[in-house]
Amino acid sequence: MKIAVCVKRVPDMDARFRISADGTSLDEAGLKFDINEPDAWAVEAGLQLKEKAGQGEVVVLSLGPPAVQETIRKALSMGADRGIHLAADRVPFDGFSIARAIAAELKDGGYDLILFGKMSPDSSNGIVGAIVAELLDYACVTAVSGLEMADGGGTAKRELEGAQEFVEFTLPAVLTVDEGLNTARYPSLKGIMAAKKKPMESKPAQLGEPMVTIKSLEMPPDRPPGKIVGEGAAAVPELVRLLQTEAKVL
Amino acid sequence: MANILAFAEQRSGELRKVALENVTAARALADATGGEVHALLVGAPGIAQKAEQLGKHGADVVLVCEHDALGDYNAEAVAALAADRIKSGGYRVAVFSTSAQGRDLLPRVAAKLGVGVVTDVTEARIEGDAVIVKHPINIGKVIATASIASTPAVIGLRPGNTTLVENPKAAKVEQVQPVGDPSAARVKVKEMKQGASAKLDIGDAPVVIAGGRGLKSAEGFKLAEDLADAFGNAAVGATRAVCDDGWRPHSEQIGQTGRVVSPDLYIAVGISGAIQHLAGMRTSRTIVAINKDKEAPIFKIADYGIVGDVAEVLPALTAAVREARKSH
Repeated sequence: MKIAVCVKRVPDMDARFRISADGTSLDEAGLKFDINEPDAWAVEAGLQLKEKAGQGEVVVLSLGPPAVQETIRKALSMGADRGIHLAADRVPFDGFSIARAIAAELKDGGYDLILFGKMSPDSSNGIVGAIVAELLDYACVTAVSGLEMADGGGTAKRELEGAQEFVEFTLPAVLTVDEGLNTARYPSLKGIMAAKKKPMESKPAQLGEPMVTIKSLEMPPDRPPGKIVGEGAAAVPELVRLLQTEAKVL
Repeated sequence: MANILAFAEQRSGELRKVALENVTAARALADATGGEVHALLVGAPGIAQKAEQLGKHGADVVLVCEHDALGDYNAEAVAALAADRIKSGGYRVAVFSTSAQGRDLLPRVAAKLGVGVVTDVTEARIEGDAVIVKHPINIGKVIATASIASTPAVIGLRPGNTTLVENPKAAKVEQVQPVGDPSAARVKVKEMKQGASAKLDIGDAPVVIAGGRGLKSAEGFKLAEDLADAFGNAAVGATRAVCDDGWRPHSEQIGQTGRVVSPDLYIAVGISGAIQHLAGMRTSRTIVAINKDKEAPIFKIADYGIVGDVAEVLPALTAAVREARKSH
Protein backbone atom coordinates (compact mmCIF):
# COMPACT_ATOMS: atom_id res chain seq x y z
CA MET A 1 0.00 0.00 0.00
CA LYS A 2 1.39 3.38 -0.98
CA ILE A 3 0.47 6.04 1.56
CA ALA A 4 1.08 9.80 1.54
CA VAL A 5 0.83 11.73 4.79
CA CYS A 6 0.55 15.53 4.62
CA VAL A 7 1.99 17.30 7.65
CA LYS A 8 2.16 20.91 8.78
CA ARG A 9 4.64 22.78 10.95
CA VAL A 10 2.72 24.80 13.53
CA PRO A 11 3.70 27.10 16.39
CA ASP A 12 3.31 26.06 20.01
CA MET A 13 -0.09 27.39 21.01
CA ASP A 14 1.09 28.21 24.54
CA ALA A 15 2.98 31.17 23.05
CA ARG A 16 2.00 34.81 23.30
CA PHE A 17 1.40 35.82 19.68
CA ARG A 18 2.37 39.20 18.23
CA ILE A 19 1.05 40.74 15.04
CA SER A 20 3.72 41.81 12.53
CA ALA A 21 4.07 45.39 11.37
CA ASP A 22 2.24 44.53 8.12
CA GLY A 23 -0.88 43.81 10.21
CA THR A 24 -1.68 40.66 8.24
CA SER A 25 0.79 38.11 9.59
CA LEU A 26 2.18 36.97 12.92
CA ASP A 27 5.69 37.69 14.10
CA GLU A 28 7.37 34.28 14.24
CA ALA A 29 10.42 35.45 16.22
CA GLY A 30 10.78 33.47 19.40
CA LEU A 31 8.03 30.96 18.57
CA LYS A 32 8.66 27.23 18.94
CA PHE A 33 7.39 24.99 16.16
CA ASP A 34 6.56 21.32 15.93
CA ILE A 35 4.53 18.92 13.81
CA ASN A 36 0.77 19.56 14.07
CA GLU A 37 -0.45 16.97 16.58
CA PRO A 38 -3.31 15.53 14.46
CA ASP A 39 -0.79 15.21 11.59
CA ALA A 40 1.42 13.12 13.89
CA TRP A 41 -1.59 10.83 14.43
CA ALA A 42 -1.88 10.61 10.63
CA VAL A 43 1.81 9.65 10.35
CA GLU A 44 1.27 7.01 13.04
CA ALA A 45 -1.75 5.66 11.17
CA GLY A 46 0.27 5.40 7.97
CA LEU A 47 3.12 3.60 9.72
CA GLN A 48 0.78 1.15 11.44
CA LEU A 49 -0.97 0.30 8.16
CA LYS A 50 2.37 -0.33 6.46
CA GLU A 51 3.61 -2.43 9.39
CA LYS A 52 0.44 -4.50 9.40
CA ALA A 53 0.65 -5.09 5.67
CA GLY A 54 4.34 -5.95 5.96
CA GLN A 55 5.07 -3.88 2.88
CA GLY A 56 4.41 -0.56 1.24
CA GLU A 57 5.69 2.97 1.42
CA VAL A 58 4.88 5.98 3.60
CA VAL A 59 5.70 9.29 1.93
CA VAL A 60 5.57 12.49 3.98
CA LEU A 61 4.75 15.79 2.35
CA SER A 62 4.86 19.31 3.75
CA LEU A 63 4.39 22.73 2.17
CA GLY A 64 6.13 25.89 3.26
CA PRO A 65 9.49 27.56 3.81
CA PRO A 66 12.72 25.54 4.24
CA ALA A 67 12.01 25.15 7.96
CA VAL A 68 9.22 22.64 7.21
CA GLN A 69 11.95 20.18 6.28
CA GLU A 70 12.50 19.76 10.04
CA THR A 71 8.88 18.63 10.34
CA ILE A 72 9.33 16.18 7.47
CA ARG A 73 12.49 14.85 9.17
CA LYS A 74 10.51 14.30 12.35
CA ALA A 75 8.02 12.13 10.45
CA LEU A 76 10.92 10.31 8.78
CA SER A 77 12.45 9.68 12.21
CA MET A 78 9.14 8.14 13.30
CA GLY A 79 9.57 5.67 10.43
CA ALA A 80 8.28 7.20 7.19
CA ASP A 81 10.27 6.27 4.09
CA ARG A 82 10.85 9.52 2.22
CA GLY A 83 9.87 13.16 2.15
CA ILE A 84 8.60 15.72 -0.32
CA HIS A 85 9.00 19.41 0.43
CA LEU A 86 6.74 21.72 -1.56
CA ALA A 87 8.68 24.95 -1.26
CA ALA A 88 6.82 28.23 -0.70
CA ASP A 89 7.83 31.48 1.03
CA ARG A 90 5.06 30.96 3.54
CA VAL A 91 2.03 28.74 4.04
CA PRO A 92 -0.93 30.64 2.60
CA PHE A 93 -4.09 31.11 4.65
CA ASP A 94 -6.15 29.99 1.65
CA GLY A 95 -6.75 26.26 2.14
CA PHE A 96 -7.73 25.90 -1.52
CA SER A 97 -4.28 27.09 -2.65
CA ILE A 98 -2.59 24.61 -0.31
CA ALA A 99 -4.85 21.80 -1.50
CA ARG A 100 -4.24 22.67 -5.17
CA ALA A 101 -0.46 22.40 -4.69
CA ILE A 102 -0.73 19.12 -2.77
CA ALA A 103 -3.12 17.60 -5.30
CA ALA A 104 -0.84 18.62 -8.19
CA GLU A 105 2.06 16.82 -6.50
CA LEU A 106 0.17 13.65 -5.52
CA LYS A 107 -1.95 13.36 -8.66
CA ASP A 108 0.14 10.84 -10.59
CA GLY A 109 1.82 9.23 -7.58
CA GLY A 110 -0.36 6.13 -7.47
CA TYR A 111 -1.24 6.55 -3.79
CA ASP A 112 -3.82 4.23 -2.25
CA LEU A 113 -4.32 6.43 0.80
CA ILE A 114 -3.63 10.08 1.50
CA LEU A 115 -3.76 10.99 5.18
CA PHE A 116 -4.10 14.36 6.88
CA GLY A 117 -4.65 15.50 10.46
CA LYS A 118 -8.21 16.70 11.00
CA MET A 119 -7.16 20.30 11.40
CA SER A 120 -4.27 22.53 12.41
CA PRO A 121 -4.76 25.00 15.26
CA ASP A 122 -3.00 27.89 13.53
CA SER A 123 -5.28 28.47 10.54
CA SER A 124 -8.15 26.45 12.13
CA ASN A 125 -9.87 25.74 8.83
CA GLY A 126 -9.69 21.95 8.48
CA ILE A 127 -10.52 21.93 4.78
CA VAL A 128 -7.38 20.91 2.90
CA GLY A 129 -7.89 17.13 3.02
CA ALA A 130 -11.41 17.15 1.60
CA ILE A 131 -10.45 19.62 -1.14
CA VAL A 132 -7.51 17.41 -2.16
CA ALA A 133 -9.91 14.44 -2.30
CA GLU A 134 -12.24 16.35 -4.62
CA LEU A 135 -9.43 17.59 -6.84
CA LEU A 136 -8.07 14.01 -7.20
CA ASP A 137 -11.55 12.43 -7.32
CA TYR A 138 -10.71 10.13 -4.37
CA ALA A 139 -13.20 8.89 -1.78
CA CYS A 140 -12.95 10.97 1.39
CA VAL A 141 -13.70 10.40 5.07
CA THR A 142 -13.02 13.23 7.50
CA ALA A 143 -12.41 13.17 11.27
CA VAL A 144 -11.60 9.46 11.48
CA SER A 145 -11.27 8.18 15.06
CA GLY A 146 -11.32 4.45 14.26
CA LEU A 147 -10.11 2.53 11.21
CA GLU A 148 -10.21 -1.04 9.91
CA MET A 149 -8.80 -1.74 6.49
CA ALA A 150 -9.94 -4.54 4.19
CA ASP A 151 -9.27 -5.43 0.57
CA GLY A 152 -9.91 -2.41 -1.62
CA GLY A 153 -11.33 -0.26 1.16
CA GLY A 154 -12.03 0.04 4.84
CA THR A 155 -14.40 1.02 7.61
CA ALA A 156 -13.94 4.25 9.54
CA LYS A 157 -15.51 5.59 12.70
CA ARG A 158 -16.33 9.29 12.87
CA GLU A 159 -17.26 11.26 15.97
CA LEU A 160 -20.26 13.47 15.32
CA GLU A 161 -21.96 15.76 17.77
CA GLY A 162 -23.55 13.32 20.20
CA ALA A 163 -23.23 10.34 17.87
CA GLN A 164 -20.79 8.03 16.14
CA GLU A 165 -20.97 7.21 12.47
CA PHE A 166 -19.44 4.09 10.92
CA VAL A 167 -18.76 4.42 7.20
CA GLU A 168 -17.41 2.10 4.54
CA PHE A 169 -15.14 3.56 1.90
CA THR A 170 -13.29 2.39 -1.18
CA LEU A 171 -9.68 3.00 -2.15
CA PRO A 172 -8.07 5.20 -3.23
CA ALA A 173 -9.14 7.49 -0.43
CA VAL A 174 -8.27 10.59 1.54
CA LEU A 175 -8.75 10.31 5.31
CA THR A 176 -8.38 13.07 7.88
CA VAL A 177 -7.43 11.79 11.31
CA ASP A 178 -9.09 12.78 14.57
CA GLU A 179 -8.28 12.22 18.22
CA GLY A 180 -8.72 8.68 19.47
CA LEU A 181 -7.37 6.81 16.45
CA ASN A 182 -3.94 6.25 17.97
CA THR A 183 -1.15 7.74 20.04
CA ALA A 184 1.76 8.93 17.92
CA ARG A 185 5.06 7.21 18.67
CA TYR A 186 8.12 9.18 19.69
CA PRO A 187 11.07 8.98 17.32
CA SER A 188 13.76 6.63 18.64
CA LEU A 189 17.43 7.64 18.58
CA LYS A 190 17.92 5.00 15.90
CA GLY A 191 15.03 6.51 13.97
CA ILE A 192 16.48 9.99 14.26
CA MET A 193 19.84 8.81 12.93
CA ALA A 194 18.19 6.84 10.10
CA ALA A 195 16.04 9.85 9.11
CA LYS A 196 19.13 11.85 8.23
CA LYS A 197 19.86 9.47 5.38
CA LYS A 198 16.34 9.15 4.05
CA PRO A 199 15.59 10.90 0.75
CA MET A 200 13.82 14.27 0.72
CA GLU A 201 12.96 16.00 -2.52
CA SER A 202 12.28 19.74 -2.64
CA LYS A 203 10.33 21.38 -5.43
CA PRO A 204 8.31 24.59 -5.85
CA ALA A 205 4.69 24.48 -4.64
CA GLN A 206 2.16 25.17 -7.39
CA LEU A 207 -0.08 27.37 -5.26
CA GLY A 208 -1.86 29.44 -7.93
CA GLU A 209 -3.76 32.61 -7.10
CA PRO A 210 -5.35 32.64 -3.62
CA MET A 211 -9.09 33.25 -3.37
CA VAL A 212 -8.97 33.96 0.35
CA THR A 213 -6.58 36.51 1.83
CA ILE A 214 -6.07 37.93 5.30
CA LYS A 215 -6.96 41.63 5.40
CA SER A 216 -6.06 42.21 9.03
CA LEU A 217 -5.31 40.51 12.32
CA GLU A 218 -6.35 41.67 15.75
CA MET A 219 -6.21 40.43 19.29
CA PRO A 220 -9.60 39.41 20.71
CA PRO A 221 -11.04 41.77 23.28
CA ASP A 222 -10.22 40.78 26.86
CA ARG A 223 -13.09 39.38 28.84
CA PRO A 224 -14.07 41.82 31.58
CA PRO A 225 -12.48 40.81 34.89
CA GLY A 226 -14.54 38.25 36.74
CA LYS A 227 -15.06 37.91 40.43
CA ILE A 228 -14.59 35.19 42.98
CA VAL A 229 -18.03 34.97 44.55
CA GLY A 230 -16.79 33.14 47.62
CA GLU A 231 -15.52 29.87 48.97
CA GLY A 232 -17.22 26.49 49.30
CA ALA A 233 -20.94 25.68 49.32
CA ALA A 234 -21.63 28.85 51.28
CA ALA A 235 -20.99 30.85 48.09
CA VAL A 236 -23.71 29.04 46.12
CA PRO A 237 -26.68 31.33 47.01
CA GLU A 238 -24.74 34.41 45.88
CA LEU A 239 -23.69 32.70 42.64
CA VAL A 240 -27.30 31.74 41.91
CA ARG A 241 -28.41 35.32 42.63
CA LEU A 242 -25.81 36.69 40.19
CA LEU A 243 -26.77 34.16 37.50
CA GLN A 244 -30.40 35.25 37.88
CA THR A 245 -30.06 39.01 38.21
CA GLU A 246 -26.78 40.01 36.57
CA ALA A 247 -26.02 37.37 33.92
CA LYS A 248 -29.72 36.50 33.46
CA VAL A 249 -28.97 32.91 32.49
CA LEU A 250 -31.02 31.17 35.15
CA MET B 1 -29.30 42.19 -4.76
CA ALA B 2 -27.66 38.98 -3.65
CA ASN B 3 -29.42 35.71 -2.98
CA ILE B 4 -27.95 33.50 -0.28
CA LEU B 5 -28.14 29.72 0.04
CA ALA B 6 -28.33 28.23 3.55
CA PHE B 7 -27.68 24.54 4.10
CA ALA B 8 -30.30 22.95 6.38
CA GLU B 9 -28.44 20.24 8.28
CA GLN B 10 -30.55 17.34 9.55
CA ARG B 11 -29.87 14.11 11.35
CA SER B 12 -32.30 11.19 11.49
CA GLY B 13 -35.00 13.38 9.95
CA GLU B 14 -34.74 16.17 12.53
CA LEU B 15 -33.35 19.61 11.75
CA ARG B 16 -30.26 20.43 13.75
CA LYS B 17 -30.07 23.78 15.52
CA VAL B 18 -27.25 24.80 13.18
CA ALA B 19 -29.74 24.61 10.28
CA LEU B 20 -31.72 27.44 11.87
CA GLU B 21 -28.50 29.33 12.64
CA ASN B 22 -27.50 29.06 8.97
CA VAL B 23 -30.88 30.39 7.84
CA THR B 24 -30.81 33.20 10.43
CA ALA B 25 -27.33 34.30 9.31
CA ALA B 26 -28.26 33.98 5.64
CA ARG B 27 -31.33 36.18 6.26
CA ALA B 28 -29.12 38.93 7.70
CA LEU B 29 -26.77 38.76 4.69
CA ALA B 30 -29.67 38.79 2.24
CA ASP B 31 -31.47 41.67 3.97
CA ALA B 32 -28.33 43.79 3.71
CA THR B 33 -28.46 43.50 -0.07
CA GLY B 34 -32.19 43.04 -0.72
CA GLY B 35 -31.81 39.40 -1.72
CA GLU B 36 -33.64 36.18 -0.96
CA VAL B 37 -32.72 33.26 1.28
CA HIS B 38 -33.01 29.81 -0.21
CA ALA B 39 -32.52 26.85 2.12
CA LEU B 40 -31.36 23.46 0.85
CA LEU B 41 -32.96 20.57 2.73
CA VAL B 42 -31.83 17.05 1.88
CA GLY B 43 -33.12 13.84 3.42
CA ALA B 44 -35.31 10.76 3.22
CA PRO B 45 -38.86 11.07 1.82
CA GLY B 46 -40.90 13.15 4.28
CA ILE B 47 -38.15 15.62 5.13
CA ALA B 48 -40.16 18.33 3.34
CA GLN B 49 -42.24 18.66 6.52
CA LYS B 50 -39.34 20.53 8.05
CA ALA B 51 -39.53 23.32 5.48
CA GLU B 52 -41.95 25.30 7.64
CA GLN B 53 -39.37 25.63 10.43
CA LEU B 54 -36.89 27.05 7.92
CA GLY B 55 -39.47 29.57 6.72
CA LYS B 56 -40.07 30.60 10.32
CA HIS B 57 -36.44 31.65 10.57
CA GLY B 58 -36.38 33.56 7.30
CA ALA B 59 -36.13 31.23 4.30
CA ASP B 60 -38.03 32.55 1.25
CA VAL B 61 -37.64 29.31 -0.67
CA VAL B 62 -36.88 25.81 0.59
CA LEU B 63 -35.28 23.54 -1.99
CA VAL B 64 -36.16 20.02 -0.91
CA CYS B 65 -34.40 16.93 -2.18
CA GLU B 66 -35.95 13.68 -0.96
CA HIS B 67 -34.44 10.27 -1.73
CA ASP B 68 -34.24 6.90 0.01
CA ALA B 69 -30.44 6.99 -0.17
CA LEU B 70 -30.28 10.42 1.48
CA GLY B 71 -31.70 9.65 4.94
CA ASP B 72 -28.23 9.20 6.40
CA TYR B 73 -25.60 11.79 5.59
CA ASN B 74 -24.28 10.98 2.12
CA ALA B 75 -21.35 13.32 1.61
CA GLU B 76 -20.75 12.72 -2.07
CA ALA B 77 -24.38 13.02 -3.09
CA VAL B 78 -25.08 16.06 -0.91
CA ALA B 79 -21.90 17.86 -2.04
CA ALA B 80 -22.74 17.21 -5.70
CA LEU B 81 -26.30 18.46 -5.20
CA ALA B 82 -25.27 21.52 -3.19
CA ALA B 83 -22.59 22.53 -5.71
CA ASP B 84 -25.05 22.08 -8.57
CA ARG B 85 -27.74 24.21 -6.89
CA ILE B 86 -25.28 26.92 -5.88
CA LYS B 87 -23.96 27.14 -9.42
CA SER B 88 -27.32 27.10 -11.19
CA GLY B 89 -28.93 29.44 -8.64
CA GLY B 90 -26.25 32.11 -8.94
CA TYR B 91 -25.96 32.56 -5.17
CA ARG B 92 -23.53 35.10 -3.77
CA VAL B 93 -22.80 33.20 -0.56
CA ALA B 94 -23.43 29.61 0.55
CA VAL B 95 -23.79 29.32 4.31
CA PHE B 96 -22.94 26.05 6.07
CA SER B 97 -22.07 25.27 9.68
CA THR B 98 -18.66 24.26 10.99
CA SER B 99 -20.29 21.19 12.54
CA ALA B 100 -18.83 17.71 11.93
CA GLN B 101 -21.09 17.42 8.89
CA GLY B 102 -20.48 20.97 7.69
CA ARG B 103 -16.73 20.69 7.97
CA ASP B 104 -16.95 17.51 5.89
CA LEU B 105 -19.27 19.00 3.32
CA LEU B 106 -18.25 22.57 2.65
CA PRO B 107 -14.68 21.99 1.42
CA ARG B 108 -16.06 19.42 -1.02
CA VAL B 109 -18.64 21.92 -2.28
CA ALA B 110 -16.02 24.68 -2.59
CA ALA B 111 -13.71 22.32 -4.48
CA LYS B 112 -16.45 21.33 -6.91
CA LEU B 113 -17.20 25.00 -7.57
CA GLY B 114 -13.55 26.07 -7.53
CA VAL B 115 -14.28 28.89 -5.07
CA GLY B 116 -12.94 30.29 -1.80
CA VAL B 117 -13.96 28.78 1.51
CA VAL B 118 -13.48 29.70 5.18
CA THR B 119 -14.75 27.70 8.18
CA ASP B 120 -15.38 28.68 11.81
CA VAL B 121 -16.71 32.08 10.80
CA THR B 122 -17.93 34.32 13.62
CA GLU B 123 -19.05 37.30 11.49
CA ALA B 124 -19.73 37.73 7.77
CA ARG B 125 -20.68 40.60 5.51
CA ILE B 126 -20.75 41.35 1.81
CA GLU B 127 -18.55 44.27 0.82
CA GLY B 128 -18.43 45.10 -2.88
CA ASP B 129 -16.95 42.16 -4.76
CA ALA B 130 -15.74 40.41 -1.63
CA VAL B 131 -17.25 38.55 1.29
CA ILE B 132 -15.51 39.63 4.49
CA VAL B 133 -15.40 37.17 7.37
CA LYS B 134 -13.97 37.03 10.86
CA HIS B 135 -12.28 33.79 11.79
CA PRO B 136 -10.38 33.02 15.01
CA ILE B 137 -6.90 31.58 14.43
CA ASN B 138 -4.27 30.16 16.77
CA ILE B 139 -6.93 28.68 19.07
CA GLY B 140 -8.73 32.01 19.31
CA LYS B 141 -5.73 33.99 20.53
CA VAL B 142 -5.86 36.06 17.32
CA ILE B 143 -8.83 37.08 15.17
CA ALA B 144 -8.31 37.17 11.42
CA THR B 145 -10.43 39.28 9.10
CA ALA B 146 -10.31 37.53 5.74
CA SER B 147 -11.57 38.46 2.30
CA ILE B 148 -13.08 35.82 0.02
CA ALA B 149 -12.76 37.13 -3.52
CA SER B 150 -14.67 34.42 -5.37
CA THR B 151 -18.35 34.35 -6.33
CA PRO B 152 -19.91 32.49 -4.74
CA ALA B 153 -18.13 32.39 -1.39
CA VAL B 154 -18.59 29.32 0.77
CA ILE B 155 -18.56 29.87 4.54
CA GLY B 156 -18.96 27.66 7.60
CA LEU B 157 -20.38 29.44 10.64
CA ARG B 158 -19.12 28.66 14.14
CA PRO B 159 -21.93 26.61 15.76
CA GLY B 160 -23.70 28.40 18.60
CA ASN B 161 -22.35 31.78 17.55
CA THR B 162 -25.52 32.97 15.78
CA THR B 163 -28.44 34.02 17.95
CA LEU B 164 -31.58 32.58 16.42
CA VAL B 165 -34.02 35.19 15.13
CA GLU B 166 -37.55 34.40 14.03
CA ASN B 167 -38.25 36.21 10.80
CA PRO B 168 -41.22 34.33 9.40
CA LYS B 169 -41.69 34.00 5.65
CA ALA B 170 -44.25 31.92 3.82
CA ALA B 171 -41.52 29.75 2.40
CA LYS B 172 -42.14 28.40 -1.06
CA VAL B 173 -41.20 24.73 -1.31
CA GLU B 174 -39.53 23.51 -4.49
CA GLN B 175 -38.67 19.88 -5.02
CA VAL B 176 -35.23 19.30 -6.55
CA GLN B 177 -33.65 16.12 -7.86
CA PRO B 178 -30.35 14.54 -6.79
CA VAL B 179 -27.39 14.87 -9.12
CA GLY B 180 -26.52 11.40 -10.37
CA ASP B 181 -27.32 8.29 -8.35
CA PRO B 182 -26.97 8.86 -4.57
CA SER B 183 -26.76 5.07 -4.07
CA ALA B 184 -23.47 4.97 -6.00
CA ALA B 185 -21.40 6.88 -3.40
CA ARG B 186 -17.95 5.53 -2.56
CA VAL B 187 -18.45 6.33 1.12
CA LYS B 188 -21.55 4.87 2.76
CA VAL B 189 -22.85 5.14 6.29
CA LYS B 190 -23.27 1.60 7.65
CA GLU B 191 -24.31 2.47 11.16
CA MET B 192 -25.08 5.47 13.30
CA LYS B 193 -24.87 5.19 17.06
CA GLN B 194 -26.60 7.98 18.90
CA GLY B 195 -25.16 9.06 22.25
CA ALA B 196 -26.11 7.25 25.43
CA SER B 197 -29.38 9.12 25.76
CA ALA B 198 -31.55 11.71 24.10
CA LYS B 199 -29.77 14.40 26.12
CA LEU B 200 -28.78 17.64 24.47
CA ASP B 201 -25.51 17.85 22.60
CA ILE B 202 -22.86 20.28 23.91
CA GLY B 203 -23.03 22.19 20.64
CA ASP B 204 -26.77 22.79 20.92
CA ALA B 205 -27.24 23.21 24.67
CA PRO B 206 -27.64 26.74 26.08
CA VAL B 207 -25.89 25.52 29.24
CA VAL B 208 -22.76 23.35 29.29
CA ILE B 209 -21.42 21.74 32.46
CA ALA B 210 -17.82 20.80 31.69
CA GLY B 211 -15.82 18.55 33.96
CA GLY B 212 -12.10 18.02 34.39
CA ARG B 213 -9.82 15.83 36.43
CA GLY B 214 -11.10 17.59 39.56
CA LEU B 215 -14.14 15.29 39.33
CA LYS B 216 -11.67 12.52 40.22
CA SER B 217 -13.23 9.61 38.26
CA ALA B 218 -15.76 8.64 35.61
CA GLU B 219 -18.24 8.14 38.47
CA GLY B 220 -17.45 11.65 39.69
CA PHE B 221 -19.17 12.98 36.55
CA LYS B 222 -22.48 12.02 38.16
CA LEU B 223 -22.19 15.36 39.99
CA ALA B 224 -21.94 17.20 36.65
CA GLU B 225 -24.83 15.18 35.20
CA ASP B 226 -27.00 15.97 38.21
CA LEU B 227 -26.33 19.68 37.74
CA ALA B 228 -27.13 19.38 34.02
CA ASP B 229 -30.41 17.66 34.91
CA ALA B 230 -31.25 20.45 37.35
CA PHE B 231 -30.89 23.04 34.59
CA GLY B 232 -32.98 20.95 32.22
CA ASN B 233 -31.39 22.56 29.15
CA ALA B 234 -27.78 21.58 29.81
CA ALA B 235 -25.25 19.14 28.36
CA VAL B 236 -22.13 17.66 29.91
CA GLY B 237 -18.71 18.28 28.34
CA ALA B 238 -15.19 17.32 29.34
CA THR B 239 -11.52 18.20 29.07
CA ARG B 240 -9.05 16.32 26.91
CA ALA B 241 -7.37 14.69 29.92
CA VAL B 242 -10.69 13.23 31.00
CA CYS B 243 -11.48 11.91 27.50
CA ASP B 244 -7.97 10.48 27.10
CA ASP B 245 -8.52 8.62 30.38
CA GLY B 246 -11.73 7.17 28.98
CA TRP B 247 -14.00 8.76 31.57
CA ARG B 248 -16.03 10.46 28.84
CA PRO B 249 -16.30 9.99 25.04
CA HIS B 250 -14.19 12.16 22.74
CA SER B 251 -17.41 13.57 21.26
CA GLU B 252 -17.80 15.53 24.52
CA GLN B 253 -14.25 16.90 24.43
CA ILE B 254 -14.04 20.68 24.45
CA GLY B 255 -10.86 22.46 23.36
CA GLN B 256 -8.19 22.82 20.72
CA THR B 257 -8.42 19.25 19.44
CA GLY B 258 -12.04 18.81 20.47
CA ARG B 259 -15.16 20.91 20.00
CA VAL B 260 -15.64 24.65 20.17
CA VAL B 261 -18.79 25.66 22.04
CA SER B 262 -20.41 29.03 22.73
CA PRO B 263 -23.28 28.41 25.16
CA ASP B 264 -25.07 31.09 27.14
CA LEU B 265 -23.65 29.61 30.35
CA TYR B 266 -20.51 27.50 30.73
CA ILE B 267 -19.81 25.99 34.13
CA ALA B 268 -16.27 24.61 34.42
CA VAL B 269 -15.99 22.18 37.32
CA GLY B 270 -12.64 20.84 38.44
CA ILE B 271 -10.97 22.30 35.35
CA SER B 272 -7.71 24.19 35.81
CA GLY B 273 -8.00 25.99 32.48
CA ALA B 274 -5.15 24.93 30.18
CA ILE B 275 -4.92 27.23 27.17
CA GLN B 276 -5.93 24.32 24.91
CA HIS B 277 -9.18 23.96 26.86
CA LEU B 278 -9.87 27.71 26.88
CA ALA B 279 -9.65 27.62 23.08
CA GLY B 280 -12.87 25.61 23.01
CA MET B 281 -15.00 27.70 25.36
CA ARG B 282 -13.71 31.25 25.68
CA THR B 283 -16.54 32.65 23.54
CA SER B 284 -19.19 31.35 25.96
CA ARG B 285 -21.40 34.25 27.05
CA THR B 286 -21.13 33.67 30.80
CA ILE B 287 -18.44 31.51 32.38
CA VAL B 288 -18.54 30.10 35.90
CA ALA B 289 -15.55 28.27 37.40
CA ILE B 290 -15.54 26.00 40.43
CA ASN B 291 -12.11 24.84 41.48
CA LYS B 292 -10.32 24.24 44.75
CA ASP B 293 -7.15 25.99 43.51
CA LYS B 294 -7.75 29.73 43.68
CA GLU B 295 -4.72 30.28 41.38
CA ALA B 296 -6.19 28.11 38.59
CA PRO B 297 -6.04 29.93 35.21
CA ILE B 298 -9.74 29.24 34.61
CA PHE B 299 -10.58 31.99 37.14
CA LYS B 300 -8.86 34.55 34.88
CA ILE B 301 -11.49 34.17 32.18
CA ALA B 302 -14.46 33.20 34.35
CA ASP B 303 -17.14 35.82 35.06
CA TYR B 304 -17.91 34.19 38.40
CA GLY B 305 -15.85 31.79 40.47
CA ILE B 306 -16.24 29.69 43.57
CA VAL B 307 -13.10 28.40 45.25
CA GLY B 308 -13.91 25.05 46.75
CA ASP B 309 -14.12 21.29 46.49
CA VAL B 310 -16.46 20.30 43.66
CA ALA B 311 -17.76 17.38 45.72
CA GLU B 312 -19.09 19.91 48.21
CA VAL B 313 -20.07 22.80 45.94
CA LEU B 314 -21.81 20.90 43.13
CA PRO B 315 -24.55 19.19 45.18
CA ALA B 316 -25.35 22.54 46.81
CA LEU B 317 -25.45 24.27 43.41
CA THR B 318 -27.61 21.48 41.96
CA ALA B 319 -30.12 21.87 44.79
CA ALA B 320 -30.14 25.67 44.43
CA VAL B 321 -30.66 25.50 40.66
CA ARG B 322 -33.55 23.03 41.10
CA GLU B 323 -35.11 25.41 43.61
CA ALA B 324 -34.61 28.45 41.36
CA ARG B 325 -36.13 26.70 38.34
CA LYS B 326 -39.09 25.47 40.38
CA SER B 327 -40.06 29.07 41.07
CA HIS B 328 -40.15 29.92 37.33
